[in-house]
Order: sequence, then structure tokens, then C-alpha cells
Amino acid sequence: MRAARNADLWSGLALAALAVYIIVQASGWEYTGQDGPGPGFFPLWYGIAMAVLCVALVAASVLRGDKSDSVDWRGASRAFALWFALALSVAAFKLVGFVIGFAALCFFVVAVLYRRRAHVAAVVALALAASFYLLFPVLLGVNLP
Amino acid sequence: MEIFSGLVQGFAVALQPANLLWCLVGVVLGTVVGILPGLGPPATIAMLLPLTFLMNPSAAIIMLAGIYYGAKYGGSTTSILLNVPGESASVVTCLDGYAMARKGRAGAALGIAAIASFIAGTVGVVGLMLIAPPLAKVALAFSAPEYFALMALGLAMVVLLAGRSMVKALLAMLVGLWIAGIGTDPFSTTSRFTFGRLELLSGIDFVVVAIGLFALGEVLACMEGRDEARALPVPKGLRNLLPTWQDMKDCRFAFVNGSVLGFLIGVLPGAGSTIASFISYGVEKAVSRRPQEFGKGVVEGVAAPEGANNSETGRALVPPLTLGIPRSGTTAVLLAALVLWGFKPGPLFITENQSLFWGLVASMYIGNVMLLVLNLPLVPLFAQVLRTPGFVLYPLILGISIVGVYSVSGSLFDVGMVMAFGLLGYVMRKLDYPAAPLVLGLVLGGAMERALRQSLMMSQGDLSILATRPISAVMLSLALLILLMPLFHKLNAWRLQALEE
Repeated sequence: MRAARNADLWSGLALAALAVYIIVQASGWEYTGQDGPGPGFFPLWYGIAMAVLCVALVAASVLRGDKSDSVDWRGASRAFALWFALALSVAAFKLVGFVIGFAALCFFVVAVLYRRRAHVAAVVALALAASFYLLFPVLLGVNLP
Repeated sequence: MEIFSGLVQGFAVALQPANLLWCLVGVVLGTVVGILPGLGPPATIAMLLPLTFLMNPSAAIIMLAGIYYGAKYGGSTTSILLNVPGESASVVTCLDGYAMARKGRAGAALGIAAIASFIAGTVGVVGLMLIAPPLAKVALAFSAPEYFALMALGLAMVVLLAGRSMVKALLAMLVGLWIAGIGTDPFSTTSRFTFGRLELLSGIDFVVVAIGLFALGEVLACMEGRDEARALPVPKGLRNLLPTWQDMKDCRFAFVNGSVLGFLIGVLPGAGSTIASFISYGVEKAVSRRPQEFGKGVVEGVAAPEGANNSETGRALVPPLTLGIPRSGTTAVLLAALVLWGFKPGPLFITENQSLFWGLVASMYIGNVMLLVLNLPLVPLFAQVLRTPGFVLYPLILGISIVGVYSVSGSLFDVGMVMAFGLLGYVMRKLDYPAAPLVLGLVLGGAMERALRQSLMMSQGDLSILATRPISAVMLSLALLILLMPLFHKLNAWRLQALEE
């Protein structure tokens, strides 16, 4: 229960920081010139609207107390693990190329996240990586990262 | 007469062998996507968007639209066999569809869903054909202030894309406007919000945001559960999939109810296919001679909501094609696809691209027939898709997403951006921020700012130009009214109840 209130509160504060950034940046650009509105005109207004809505969200979160629904973070570790694995494999593309980096990612998903045996993971990883290589650069002429 | 000649031209385009093939690819892919819980049409269209750059635009839009309406057909399969709706509009189908499947009548339920979808899908295409050209003619009278008001009206549609919290939907939409503003200002060449990165000077590609938010975001969300779905068995043989004559007789009113109510309700601002499917189910139950049987496996309880859900497709394409404003996440991605191929969706779109528009309309007739012919005998095969293990499916989606983005720009920076937007999409889901309003803001943001600044240049900075021109004033008032709608307690409670159910 408390987690949801915190989620609204913290997401509201994070978006408020973005709103302040937009307003500060937009204030540095021309608001109106001889030819009409400048580059700062539109961002300034949606920045202000964002700030007002953030205040409403944060205030509602604080006033609502414990009445809000909870956010379930239990399964999030698997999602974040996949995201980090993907980040590592994308970073590795420059060094080892797409095929090897992607095969490693597939192996991780099958073996670690889905807890399948290593040989199953290896077969899936090799099959998927080989399929991508055959389909995109060889058959379609599309470059891989 | 104009419509008839357009349709003849359209069939000449759609019946070309290559276009027929892409239509088939689209509807089959759409059906598969509709069957797979989690992976929706916007994610699939976004993933395939980069590959369409190699295709003829007519073939590409025919295929992407096929994915859109094919997914609606496929959505009923998971509702009936798994009790898991492939999309929100298929929720009502679960009530009687799953009950029928548990009684051993899965075949009849799937068959009646396909027939209702075919009838309603065709009604939707007739609506698109009749409404779009006159609406585009009206919109030809628009100047910059009217365009701004139209964009504001489009953004007000955030009301129907909002989840539980309107504030969160509006915030997501404003983030979309901000992302649309990243890059070089076209009027003054000032670089805005680029964080000193040269890669951001030309802005953030729509494909990057769409693939990140929808495809990667959905994969991350699906990753939370490791359990594989277990579907009820589908009877073998075409005869077992065909509804009985009595079923067809019982559904005759449901076919009309679903098709017509679905179309009419969907035209109203603030209502989508989910609401339409609930209402048509309610009406069907109210007029039925056996209302007590609803929810226990009556065939009309499948036909009415499926019809309402499918009649929406044709209608949903009217605003993006004629006015340049999307009404949902999927139509936003389709709209962006047209822009990326070099077209300008709006009042002149139909006049300037007759063969593309009428080819699309004709392909939707053909696609609906294809779906009916394919879906009945191939349902057992499509049901096998449900057995695809997640550890194969999700890496496949990740790989296609990465290659798709890289093939457009050849830049690993964009792949990194996809990852950032994927994380954003996942966190937004967890915190109950809807993604569709962000896409709406992103698609409309640039055009809206341009129209506003042109309007103010016309009036030398006087904002009253937006309120003194009649069309603009009416549209802005309508936008305001739509935004204020959720404040009316009863209406909001009704919307929330529909979402809850």
C-alpha cells in the first residue's frame, strides 16, 4: 500500500524535475520575436502544464494516504535482469558483433531466467543467432549491428 | 459514383499478386499476434516498420493494416481457449466464449467469433469508405488555427487512452510533446533538449520510441511471469468448428447489434471498442429470451462483443487518414508509418493518394474474406502458437527490435535509445502510466507546435485568432469538453467499472 503512494510520489517528483528542466531551458530561448513565437514559446507552456500536473499528482498521493492500490515489484527482478543482460549484449556488439552478443543474450534468457538446462539453452541460442544471420544479412541484405 | 470508381481502382491495386500476398502476410501475422497474450498490434507494427522501408507503400500499408484487423480476429482465440483476452476489447468474449469451450463447444465459439468478426469488419470498412472522403473535403477548408484546434482535439482524445488516472495520462502526453520537441527547431534552427549530443540534433525517430515503449516494454513486462499458458483443446476437423444452424439463428440479431452498435458507439468521442463490446453484450443480454444463460456459455454472448470489437477497425482509420489525428496507440503507429514513407496524412491525403487509400479499403474487404476462410480451418494450427515457449518468443522479439532499429539508422546510439525507452515503457506500466498518450503527444507534438506558431504569426501574436474562427472555436470547445468529461462522476465511474471488469 505504502509502495504505491511512494511510487506516485516519487514519479511525480521525477516528472517535476523534468518539468523544471524544461521550463529553465525554454526560458533561455526566445519566447516571441518579430516573426512570431520563438523556440521557447511552446516548451515553456507544456513545461508549466507538466509542473502543475506533477503538483496535483504529488499532492493527491500525499493526501490519499494508504487508500491507493499497491505496485507489485516481485517479478520486477527478472525484468530488470533481462534489461541489464540486454544492455551488456548491446555494449558487446561493438567488440564481438551481433551474432555472438545475441547468442549470449539468448543463452542467458533460457538458462538463467527460464532455468532450462545448459544444452537446451545452447541449442536455442545457436538456432536463433544463426536464423538472424541467415535471414537478415544473407537473405535480405540488411546489416546487423 | 465517385466512391464506386474509387473502389474499382482500389480493387485493381489490392488484387495485384504482390499486394494479395502482403495482405495475407499481414492478416496471418495479425492473427498470430492477437493470439499471443502480451504482444499487441502496436508492438508488432512498430517492429516491422523498419522492414517496410524496402517495400512499395501500398503493399506496406496493406500489410500493416492487415496486422491491425487480423489481431482483432486472433484476440478471440485466447479469450475462448485460455480465458485470457489478447486485448482489452476481447475481455467480454471470455465470459461466454470460455464457458462454451469448457462445455466442449470451443469449435462453435471460435467459428461464431470468426463469422461475427467478418460481418462486423465488413460493416466497418463500408463505414470507412462512406465517411472518409466527405470528411476530408470538409477539412480542406482548414488553415493553421483550425489545424492547431484539430491537434488539440486529437490530444484531448487522451481521455479514452487514459487508465485509472487522468493526471498520469496527461503527464504521459506532455512527456510525448517534450520528446517530439527534442532536436533542431525548424523555425529558428535552435537546438532544443539535445544534451549536447549530435545524434539528437535531428530529433528522436518515432520507430525508436515505438519499439522501445511497446515491444521492449511488453517483453520486460511479460518476463515477470515464468508460467506458460495452458489452453483448452480445439476440436479437430472443420465440421467441428462450424457453428450449427441453430447457433446461426440465435446469433442473427447479435451480428447486427455488434456491427452497428460497435460502429456507432466508436464514433462517439470518449468511447472505444472496449466500451462498445461491453454495451453490445449488455444490449444482447437485455433483449435475449434467455438472459439468465449469459455468462454460462451462450453463443450470442460471443457474437455480439466480437462484432462490436471488429467493426471498430474501419472506423478507427477515418481520423488518421482524413484529419491526420490518431485515436489509439495502433493508429498512431500507422499514422507515423505513413509520415515516414513520405506521405502527409490529412485532408489532402485521399485526393493526392487515391490508389493508396482505395487500395487499402479494397484490401480490407479482401483481408476480411481471407481471415474468415483461413481462421475456420486453421484455428487448431493458430492455437499451437500458444505453445511457443516464452524463452524462444521473447529473445526473438528482442532480436527483431534491435535489427529493425539498426536497419533504419545504422546507429548503435539508436539501439541504446530503444533500451532507454523500453525501460521507460516497463516502468510506466508498473506505475500505471499509460503509454498510448505518450505516443499521441509524440505524433501530434511537432505538427501542433508548427500550427500554433503559424497561427500566431498570422495574427501577430494575438491568441484570440484561435477562438474567433468558427471551426477552430468549435473544435477547441469540443476538446475542452472531452477533457472535462471524466469530471462528471457517473461517466467516470462507468469508464472505471468497464476497465475493472
